[in-house]
Amino acid sequence: MRVSARTGPPRIEAIGPLRWMRENLFSSAFNSALTVIGGVISVWLAWGVADWALLRAVFTGSDGSACRVEGAGACWPFVIHKFQMFMYGRYPDDQIWRVNFTYFLALAGLVPLMLPNVPGKLWLSIYMIVVFPVIAFFLLTGSEWLGLEIVETEKWGGLLVTLVVACVGIAASFPLGILLALARRSELPLIKWLAIGFIEFVRGVPLVTVLFFASVMLPLFLPENVTFDKLLRALIGVALFSAAYLAEVVRGGLQAVPRGQFEAADALGLNYPLKMGLIVLPQALKLVIPGIVNSFIALFKDTSLVLIIGLFDLLGIVQQAVASDAKWFSPQTAVTGYVFAAFVFWLFCFSMSRYSAWLESRLDTGHKH
Amino acid sequence: MKRPSKPPAPARFSRSLTDYIYDPKARALALQAIVALLLVWFVWAIVDNTIRNLEAQGIASGFGFLDNTAGFDISQSLIAYANTMSYGRAFLVGLFNTLLVAVIGVVLATIVGFVIGIARLSGNWLIAALASVYIETLRNIPPLLMLFAVYFGVLKALPSPRNSLELPFSSYLNTRGLYFPAPVWGEGTWLFVAGVLVGVAGAVFLYLNARRKFILTGKADSIALPQLILVVGVAAIAFLAAGSPLSFDYPQAGRFNLKGGMTILPEFIALLAGLTLYTAAFIAEIVRSGILSVAKGQHEAAAALGLHRGQIMRLVVIPQALRVIIPPLTNQYLNLTKNSSLAVAIGYPDLVSVFAGTVLNQTNQAVEVILITMSVYLVLSLLTSVFMNWFNARVALVER
Repeated sequence: MRVSARTGPPRIEAIGPLRWMRENLFSSAFNSALTVIGGVISVWLAWGVADWALLRAVFTGSDGSACRVEGAGACWPFVIHKFQMFMYGRYPDDQIWRVNFTYFLALAGLVPLMLPNVPGKLWLSIYMIVVFPVIAFFLLTGSEWLGLEIVETEKWGGLLVTLVVACVGIAASFPLGILLALARRSELPLIKWLAIGFIEFVRGVPLVTVLFFASVMLPLFLPENVTFDKLLRALIGVALFSAAYLAEVVRGGLQAVPRGQFEAADALGLNYPLKMGLIVLPQALKLVIPGIVNSFIALFKDTSLVLIIGLFDLLGIVQQAVASDAKWFSPQTAVTGYVFAAFVFWLFCFSMSRYSAWLESRLDTGHKH
Repeated sequence: MKRPSKPPAPARFSRSLTDYIYDPKARALALQAIVALLLVWFVWAIVDNTIRNLEAQGIASGFGFLDNTAGFDISQSLIAYANTMSYGRAFLVGLFNTLLVAVIGVVLATIVGFVIGIARLSGNWLIAALASVYIETLRNIPPLLMLFAVYFGVLKALPSPRNSLELPFSSYLNTRGLYFPAPVWGEGTWLFVAGVLVGVAGAVFLYLNARRKFILTGKADSIALPQLILVVGVAAIAFLAAGSPLSFDYPQAGRFNLKGGMTILPEFIALLAGLTLYTAAFIAEIVRSGILSVAKGQHEAAAALGLHRGQIMRLVVIPQALRVIIPPLTNQYLNLTKNSSLAVAIGYPDLVSVFAGTVLNQTNQAVEVILITMSVYLVLSLLTSVFMNWFNARVALVER
């Protein structure tokens, strides 16, 4: 066999994009066929989206007539005109600054908390867990005493309700889920079996039935003169539901902490709260961060179900606008509204999942195989 | 040192209060007793309040309402149903509709999910990228939103019954659903059924025979084609011998709507499409992680034995990947079944929509209706878990 020593630059098909294409797209006849089919699908999809959302789309207009043109694409003026409705519901115009200010306060605490290198995590946590909820509650609902106009929760809607349900659900279900997980691992039979019963029951039924339960059965359980806000009922349902799922995630983390850690804590003479709070939970929770974020993503998507019991979250308010606003009726109004809602939901869920993946790689201290 | 005048007390049989406080067993008992008391009080308070509230609102209790006449129509039913039948019958109709959409959804989502999951691992960059886009888009959007988009965005935008879209095989698609010819089996159908059974029995015999030969001699015969010819051939001969006992009831254009034939409701299509596409994105990720969990050496060893790519997947990789795939797959099946309750939002007559919706509104017996509905889903979840655990135990790695 002749070995030729070739000088000069490498052949053009052995480097760069051509080589990459040959290896990744056209390595065999079968692969080439797949590439062609995939290429056709991609171009068709990309063209379809661009054509609908940009080329044939309507961008200006003050009612649906502009969109009722034959062959028109997306009806963007609908989203533009309803934007405030989709974001805040029927929250009074001159009070919307309160919602925005609440968002600002939340971000001011959350962003430094989520960035690992910022100092003062303890104070930030205290702010987010204790101070912020109180301020947010009075800012959003109002208070005579502070001179803030009262805004009933019936007027809340859109993304505001979605975020309130999701955030309160997360905040309430997190401690509840940890308690349930600890109870399920308890050595006391009664407590253990109560936790198992609750967790398995809630995980076995759909959220829709839990929300029905919260909306029609909870009022029956209370003394006659006690009435409940509709939003609060939904919050209770969502928090209980989410807590059961979170409990299973946390239990996975508790099981992954080596037995020696429990025994070492016992040997140091720590009592149960100290043992769990200082030794076991910090390790267990760190192990299951991806699972916790996944539960939160699921909870965020599940908030859309509150529309079934008559609350207007983002999806509920979009649905109401496309179904009942005759002024904006056109063949493309519904699809445009759903695409907008889908994009907002997607943005939140996708960023949460990216953040979780990033955090996981950062927290990986090399203990995995 | 002065000795005590009294003799020392014998080993103490009575213990002071502090002894109990520092005794873990006593503390555990006390804690559980407190929890039990609180629980009893809590349950008692709820029951007491509920009874008072029900009396105050004049709502009946008990399960007697199940025998009362329902008086409402249901748009799709697998069993005979008329509005003169009882609430109990309406409950069964809803239950079967839930099961129908769940079973078909599970099968379709598994197929789509496996295809997308394997595509995501493809060596072809473009195919892998398309699969990633599918997964990352669909699993980050609420399933309810997908239902609405398919139902109100696509299906409700279809033409009215008068200008139905014509599809092949005398099928029509319009805003009321998909219409297609209904098979009508005439006399002599039994002969055709018998023919199919004989063909299948023959195919099973061929398989057993080939398997015995394979075990004895190691020679693998290809029997797929003979099996196919046997089943189709015998069935066809029986069909002709019985005098072609099959005719079709074609949908005809009536005054307001199409008549005759079979109809698939748009609500059913929307629910099935939404659930399938959503769940498939999760199943695809499960399949991917399962296949990635099989060590690279297994691929290489199978390739060294001379197996081709299809055989490597079918005989070596998939059986091992299934052990990782099945437990989370079970969860997805359960999720799909539970998510089918979203039907209530678009009006597909499933269990929640019929029973926890219409029946609850008519009877006001919230406690009984919600309890029955929840129990049904609990039982479905338990049955699915039991079956999948059994299946998992069958494919699990047998270790010492």
